[in-house]
Amino acid sequence: MSDTAKVSAPPRRRKSASKRRANWFVASFLVLPVALYLILVLSPFAQAFQFSMTNWNGTNPDYKFVGLENFKKLFTSDLYSVYLIPALKHNAIMLIVVPLAVIALALFFAFMLNVGGKSRGGRMRGVGGSAFYKILFFFPQVLSVVMIGILWQAIYRSDEYGLLNALLAIFGVPLKSSGWVSDPSLVLVMVMIVMVWSSVGFYMVYFSSAMASIPAEIYEAAMIDGSSRVQTFFKITLPLLFDSIRTAWIYLGIIALDGFALVFIMTPQQGGPDHGSEVMGGVMYNFFSNGQAAMACAVGVILFFFTLTLMALSMRLTRRENVEL
Amino acid sequence: MATTTQNPAPAATTAEPKGKRGIKSTGGVMRVFSHGFLALWAAMIILPLLWMILTSLKSNDEVFANPLGLPSSLHFENFGRAWEKAGIGGFFVNTIVVVGGGVFFTMALGSMAAYVLARYQFRGNRFFFYLFVSGMMFPVFLALVPLHSIMDSVGLLDTKYGLIMVYVAYSLPFTVFFLTSFFKTLPHGVAEAAMIDGAGHYRLFFQVMLPMAKPGIISIAIFNVIGQWNQFLLPLVLMPSEENNVLTQGIANIAVKERYDPDFTALMASMVIAMVPILIAYTIFQRQIQAGMTAGALK
Repeated sequence: MSDTAKVSAPPRRRKSASKRRANWFVASFLVLPVALYLILVLSPFAQAFQFSMTNWNGTNPDYKFVGLENFKKLFTSDLYSVYLIPALKHNAIMLIVVPLAVIALALFFAFMLNVGGKSRGGRMRGVGGSAFYKILFFFPQVLSVVMIGILWQAIYRSDEYGLLNALLAIFGVPLKSSGWVSDPSLVLVMVMIVMVWSSVGFYMVYFSSAMASIPAEIYEAAMIDGSSRVQTFFKITLPLLFDSIRTAWIYLGIIALDGFALVFIMTPQQGGPDHGSEVMGGVMYNFFSNGQAAMACAVGVILFFFTLTLMALSMRLTRRENVEL
Repeated sequence: MATTTQNPAPAATTAEPKGKRGIKSTGGVMRVFSHGFLALWAAMIILPLLWMILTSLKSNDEVFANPLGLPSSLHFENFGRAWEKAGIGGFFVNTIVVVGGGVFFTMALGSMAAYVLARYQFRGNRFFFYLFVSGMMFPVFLALVPLHSIMDSVGLLDTKYGLIMVYVAYSLPFTVFFLTSFFKTLPHGVAEAAMIDGAGHYRLFFQVMLPMAKPGIISIAIFNVIGQWNQFLLPLVLMPSEENNVLTQGIANIAVKERYDPDFTALMASMVIAMVPILIAYTIFQRQIQAGMTAGALK
């Protein structure tokens, strides 16, 4: 009786009719989602690799195979390497600075929320209003990157009507004549500030729930042993959160590589001024919109391997034994 | 505190009172310190949003006379200009259609796939599961160019149907991943009882399992609404003509136009219009949103 009913553990005995019915059912439920996913997600990824070795312009059906010609052009021709090299450099900077800054700030805030408050009877508490801070800090995460970009573009306006300049004027700071995002040496920093601003809340909530799962007794024991909060943080909280931090690092890496959308919206000439904020996604988009689809795919492939290498490297560097509670 | 750790022997006898006082005083300094930083970050989030809302209610002249002040009178006509002239209304409707269709079919197809992957053993089960999960790791931009040509070749480029299908496909990996683990947690007893009562596989799914999975489905649906509402790269490449633009694209275009034809207050009003639905959804569902989105990072 229970043999036929237990769908997750099929019967040992062969019950061909009901088994066949179950198989049909499984197939009927899987065929649409799998087909859609294969055609619209996996096949374009595979094609990107294929197209990167052709001279396809995006529309001509009779493109031909050119081998690694596109990659050679990208790295050697002056026309292209003037975009590509700064873009790779900027992506690398973002990939290091953004995760570091976000994780440091998010950990700090999460620690404040969980154990930064008054301790009563040796038990550490979070600061008051931690629920409010969580709701507020998380909010940028639900905003579109477009909205964030436009909002900050307005904040960074180079005239005295932008929020940043207006606030600085209150403190008597003179107007910066070169502007914020129109200064080639500053633009990347300004974009990264926005990335950090929008991500800190999410990782604060994420680390905060991980911290809440650390038993209070461990903190209490540390307090009784005379450990300061700073010591507690570095000796107890940080090691126990190691896995969450590594996950956060990987996700932030992906976000940093996606920085194109922000650059596209916020910066002059979408990657400027003077290629000061050029990123790989932007280089790719320019090729795509100029009818050089094959080159765009080649850039995508380079970025893909660049990401893969960095991810593997960071996984390798951070590999260690788990701490068991 | 440092002295007690350096001299463990004398400290042992006086640990109790001394330790307590120490904790209290550092707690006090710490509280001021942490509240200070938290309040600073809170200001960094509130001020820009508040400034955006205030600006959207001022006249353009007032913005330039007094960028930080309160509006002297409320200029709601900025919103009218944003809705009519800048075409926010049309983008808004497009977004609702695409996100509505996208999320509905994402949840339908996603829960079907997740259900059979979670509760049926068949050859290739693990293969299909990892096939879907691997999609979470691919960067979307790599697929954009070939995706454009695929949609073009089947005549779905620049159509809402096409964009809905793409949204569904790109939302499936996370949806399937999350719902699979959710369906696994549902009790087996109910399903067995239904089967004994003669329910077939389809009836079991639609009448028993789907209602039981409602909490999980709702939190992932919210997650997908936010994700698809905010999507920018896919429509940027797949919906070139302006009358088909979704909100994010439309607003990005307005912002670009603003450089040549400055109407700063209408731009800020467009931003407010686009932000309101998200703000409402976030306020109502913030607990589920935070849970759903942080669960996505826990793999």
